[in-house]
Amino acid sequence: MTAGEGAASGVIMGDPGDRGRFGEFGGRFVPESLVPACMELEAAFRAAWADPAFRDELTSTLASYGGRPTPVTECPRLSAELGVRVLLKREDLAHTGSHKINNVVGQALLARRMGKTRLVAETGAGQHGVATATAAARYGMACVVYMGEVDTARQELNVFRMELLGAEVRPVTSGSRTLKDAVNEALRDWVATVEDTHYCLGSVMGPHPYPWIVRELQRVVGDEARQQCRAILGGADPDVVVACVGGGSNAAGTFAGFADATSSALVGVEAAGGAAMAKGIPGVLHGMRSNLMQDEAGQILEAESISAGLDYPGIGPEHAHLAAIGRARYETATDAEVLEAFQLLSRTEGIIPALESAHALAWVARAARSGDELVRSGSTVLVTLSGRGDKDVAQVRELLA
Amino acid sequence: MTVATAPDLAATLAAHRAAGRKLLVPYVTGGMDDQWLVTVEALAGAGADAIEIGLPFSDPMIDGPTVQAASLAALERGTTPAGVLADLGRISPGVPLVVMTYYNLVVRTGHRRMAASMAESGVTGAIVPDLPLEEVGPWAEAADSAGVATVLLVAPSTPDGRIAPIVERCRGFVYTVGRMGVTGEQRQLAGTALDVAARVKARTSLPVCVGIGISDADQARRVCEVADGVVVGSALVRRLLEGGGVEAAVDFIGGIRRALDRG
Repeated sequence: MTAGEGAASGVIMGDPGDRGRFGEFGGRFVPESLVPACMELEAAFRAAWADPAFRDELTSTLASYGGRPTPVTECPRLSAELGVRVLLKREDLAHTGSHKINNVVGQALLARRMGKTRLVAETGAGQHGVATATAAARYGMACVVYMGEVDTARQELNVFRMELLGAEVRPVTSGSRTLKDAVNEALRDWVATVEDTHYCLGSVMGPHPYPWIVRELQRVVGDEARQQCRAILGGADPDVVVACVGGGSNAAGTFAGFADATSSALVGVEAAGGAAMAKGIPGVLHGMRSNLMQDEAGQILEAESISAGLDYPGIGPEHAHLAAIGRARYETATDAEVLEAFQLLSRTEGIIPALESAHALAWVARAARSGDELVRSGSTVLVTLSGRGDKDVAQVRELLA
Repeated sequence: MTVATAPDLAATLAAHRAAGRKLLVPYVTGGMDDQWLVTVEALAGAGADAIEIGLPFSDPMIDGPTVQAASLAALERGTTPAGVLADLGRISPGVPLVVMTYYNLVVRTGHRRMAASMAESGVTGAIVPDLPLEEVGPWAEAADSAGVATVLLVAPSTPDGRIAPIVERCRGFVYTVGRMGVTGEQRQLAGTALDVAARVKARTSLPVCVGIGISDADQARRVCEVADGVVVGSALVRRLLEGGGVEAAVDFIGGIRRALDRG
């Protein structure tokens, strides 16, 4: 398959071709040292994804070990408060407490198939790091997680979790000492270790084939949710499908289940302080062409948000494409709105959301109250609850004190 | 402006090689200190055949701690890509200048505008390390039109079959990555350096210069038993970061020059 075939066949979230293009976004902008590794990974994934035995092992592992399928939950008290019908796709109930497990089990199985014995990963909030450490433990692989020093401080417990799982956490002291710098360090590690190491990238970003691999591995979220919603809604689809976006993996996985199969509106919600779609300009970082927060010279700006998981100045290239073609819309939520949504869901439904996921809820609350065209009274809104909030409780307590 | 008299990268390196001279290309991060332009001019006198100037970038993905520190220092001094190029336009070092820049700085400036700025500043070569063969087209065309040679990388991981199309699109010299890893000094010359240099030499008539991990005169001399030359970055930048100044830079690069000339 070559670039553009997906578009020609009318598929919105299809195969990005051998050049990894989502419209004008994506690509493979890495030093030559890493190009052969990216090509090898692409070939291995194409073969594995077409191999029923690989798919069976992934599906059964996600069921027996990962806790899939995760349910879709009606939210009667939250719905009454907002005047719209809210359904939650419960990735907070997956093993390790977020959707990240879907991606890492798939990549670990792929790495094992490729004969790699070591995983490296970047992490922001620590969710992807914990998930990677978990998969490494499960499959007996060595694991190194790069995490910005700012994030190791605000997510201490996740650092301990990773160490408990047998991973080595390396604090990153370069640049802004957050997620983008952790990606740089992971890439630097991979350049030197590519022979025995797989870079287990955590979101729909980076050089081709990562944005495609991670979206396909997260597609299970959207595919399950579509069927579950139809069962609940008597065969209908939600009017709006909402997910938070940092790099954008839970949103990409969710949207993949709806972009082609339904006419549901798709909304991604970024942190106001890391809004690559709202404030970004097309550029190239971490191997991909996408929207980036950058200054007039092209230096990348630091994202700043209450949520370490969304502290990323870019966005997955397919999201930039979905926005460009108008299939998805991207909004932002402020830290104050997020804190309010965090408490709202806890109080009304007995579910404490991750701060990342609270961004999606925060937009729904604002849209419902302000009468946004997408969220009219009586609309049905599916929100992907990407993770649970246990990791954030201590931070929120301090913020509310 | 030096544009009329700026020595051409491809022509100069080809001529020096033809004269039996091994090629020495020191690297300095543009704007890293207030002496960097003086350093560049002095390096020409110390035996450099061309000088590579890095444009500082916030996210230098292929660089190790030393060049990262130099980039950060440059950015903290308020260095911009346009500023570095304007400064280069004010000197006439007498050797070709090659600019190393991450691609986002090119994208932000615009391909044609960046290529034209380089040419106006007397820069005749460009290394864009995060632009591999498959993605280099739009930049390389703009650079060709402006008379700027686009230098491409070959790495130890590059399969033989990929070397031919890379060197075909490459201009000036082939930047041969000596080791799998980021820029930085190494106690030992990586075994991969000689191997990849030989594989590239067998497939191109362009000069083959090995960079990344070349740390001293002895390593440079040994690599040049196979390669046509070396790029020396971190080992020089470290001396500058440590405050050695122009004198330390000239001593170090002059020492490598003498070792290469002795053979």
